[in-house]
Amino acid sequence: MVAKNVKQLGPVEILQEIEEKFEMFQILNEEGKIVNKDADPKLSDEDLTELMRRMVYTRILDQRSISLNRQGRLGFYAPTAGQEASQLASQFALKKEDFILPGYRDVPQIIWHGLPLSQAFLFSRGHFMGNQIPEGVNVLPPQIIIGAQFVQAAGVALGMQKRGKKSVAVTYTGDGGSSQGDFYEGINFAGAFKSPAIFIVQNNQFAISTPRELQTAAKTIAQKGIAAGIPSVLVDGMDPLAVYVATRDARERAVNGEGPTLIETLCYRYGPHTMAGDDPTRYRTSETDSEWEKKDPLVRFRAYLETKKLWDEEKENAVIEQAKEEIKAAIKTADGAPKQKVTDLMEFMYGDEMPFNLKEQYELYKEKESK
Amino acid sequence: MAQMTMIQAITDALRTELKNDENVLVFGEDVGNNGGVFRATEGLQKEFGEDRVFDTPLAESGIGGLAVGLSLQGFRPVPEIQFFGFVFEVMDSISGQLARMRFRSGGVYNAPVTIRSPFGGGVHTPEMHADSLEGLMAASPGLKVVIPSSPYDAKGLLISSIRDNDPVIFLEHMKLYRSFREEVPEEEYTIPLGEAAVKREGTDLSIITYGAMVQESLKAAEELEKEGFSVEVIDLRTIQPLDIKTIIASVEKTGRVVVVQEAQRQAGIAANIVAEINERAILSLEAPVLRVTAPDTIFPFSQAETVWLPNSKDIIATAKKVLTF
Repeated sequence: MVAKNVKQLGPVEILQEIEEKFEMFQILNEEGKIVNKDADPKLSDEDLTELMRRMVYTRILDQRSISLNRQGRLGFYAPTAGQEASQLASQFALKKEDFILPGYRDVPQIIWHGLPLSQAFLFSRGHFMGNQIPEGVNVLPPQIIIGAQFVQAAGVALGMQKRGKKSVAVTYTGDGGSSQGDFYEGINFAGAFKSPAIFIVQNNQFAISTPRELQTAAKTIAQKGIAAGIPSVLVDGMDPLAVYVATRDARERAVNGEGPTLIETLCYRYGPHTMAGDDPTRYRTSETDSEWEKKDPLVRFRAYLETKKLWDEEKENAVIEQAKEEIKAAIKTADGAPKQKVTDLMEFMYGDEMPFNLKEQYELYKEKESK
Repeated sequence: MAQMTMIQAITDALRTELKNDENVLVFGEDVGNNGGVFRATEGLQKEFGEDRVFDTPLAESGIGGLAVGLSLQGFRPVPEIQFFGFVFEVMDSISGQLARMRFRSGGVYNAPVTIRSPFGGGVHTPEMHADSLEGLMAASPGLKVVIPSSPYDAKGLLISSIRDNDPVIFLEHMKLYRSFREEVPEEEYTIPLGEAAVKREGTDLSIITYGAMVQESLKAAEELEKEGFSVEVIDLRTIQPLDIKTIIASVEKTGRVVVVQEAQRQAGIAANIVAEINERAILSLEAPVLRVTAPDTIFPFSQAETVWLPNSKDIIATAKKVLTF
């Protein structure tokens, strides 16, 4: 059968039908009640407490980072408050052998994957030692070029597949990033090669000042997975359990050789885009802010854990104190990093012998540095 | 020894390295079953399997990202960009990512990637196939840029490029692919990157060049000899980093220089060479260093190639200006 005209094919209806299928996946509602019993991952008490601990710790890390930035003791910093479930519950579903390709806002994930805090601070300040990832910690430094991490993740995943590893490549971008060509190429390559990759779009509603609606006419970002022919899911990004389950399931599919998944986490950043002079009051209303504050992942997870008698004020304060102390110590360690020299930078350019031009310049700067 | 065209020498180098190192992966658009649009990868998939030599979706940026990611898993990727005019799609993966991998990770990660890509005029290709864009690559710290002009050089330089532990851009001139044959050893050998070759010795004038302009320069040198001038022709082979030693030694001997490139005057790398000579050997110069280049327009519509591309006549004219300055 061949359709007589385009209308008969129903392109408008097909789109509506597809968009209606992307319902939001949620397990824990705003009050901290399980609303989706079947999907409950039934994490152990230790795991639930550990996840909460990391979320509280990271909220404190964000507050301290903002304040250290204002004091001039940190440089580039992209606030994370509001995205704890999205960032940490997804990382919580990973294993050590999984490889994370973070964006510039995704420093918490690589910290919890093994990057020492002092190095995260050196990254912020702009010191090469911050990016010297310790051996066995499978992460890249935060990617500044939005989208580049997506095509690279397709490559890491293909590499794992070729090596026969039972691991995945996980990468993150924001809602704005889903408009990039590399976003599409990345998910499409991983789809074509059926590689073990998890692509996470943290839709925090704004790309600097540009609202999500200006990025695309698509109702969800998750549905963009259809263009690559890969499974995709829209998740409540303020719900740690839902994010955990979506990532865990995507990981399982990936290591079983079933290919990549695209996950959209619907979330919100409470702070500015970065600390480099962005003023969110220019593009956001306080009504929207407070509406999203009610959805706070910490509030609902705290309520959930309190009913299970797994969390109380005392525990929370202990985490806060620990975080503050470790942050203080990490900043001190970062302060102790030697000043960078031009000759250091030259040494990291090539693995083999320095080319002629660098060799010459090396001598020049060595001379300069000896004075 | 065997008589090989440049394309055969390239295939031979790829086969050698696929055999030598199981981490070597060859991939790109139509490089697998099809053997490449120029047959550069002919027979390689059959010999080494789809796991080692494979096709990709049609997206240069994705290919670049694939190379970055595969190198992070310990592979030695040798991707192909079908025509170098398409490099703009993958500029970030090359200059923004591959070139910087070792540096940005403070030496923890590296990217032993060799990007092969054809370029060059004289074969009436459609738009954006023949542009000489090596200047863009030469301006990116972290990259090495290699341009062979003969079958022998192509094999040795490609093996060296693949074995290099940092990213190398290996540009193959389309006009040279099958224009002549040369004796190429069947066994493996390497030619160090960053070393020029004196293709013809002379005492009156140095011509410094690379790519298809090497043949044009040799032709010009022969003509000039008939008029009594002894011309030295230096083939740079690697245009980043430059072989300053060989260049300056020649300049000090002859005292007169012409730099020849196919790229537009505002592009390529000729200006770099003039500057280096200016800084290092001005006291040896009997005349200013002049350049032979294409005009500063977009690469021509194919029918206009013959009037636009620099050739041996342009080289002779400029050489005479320098010789009679």
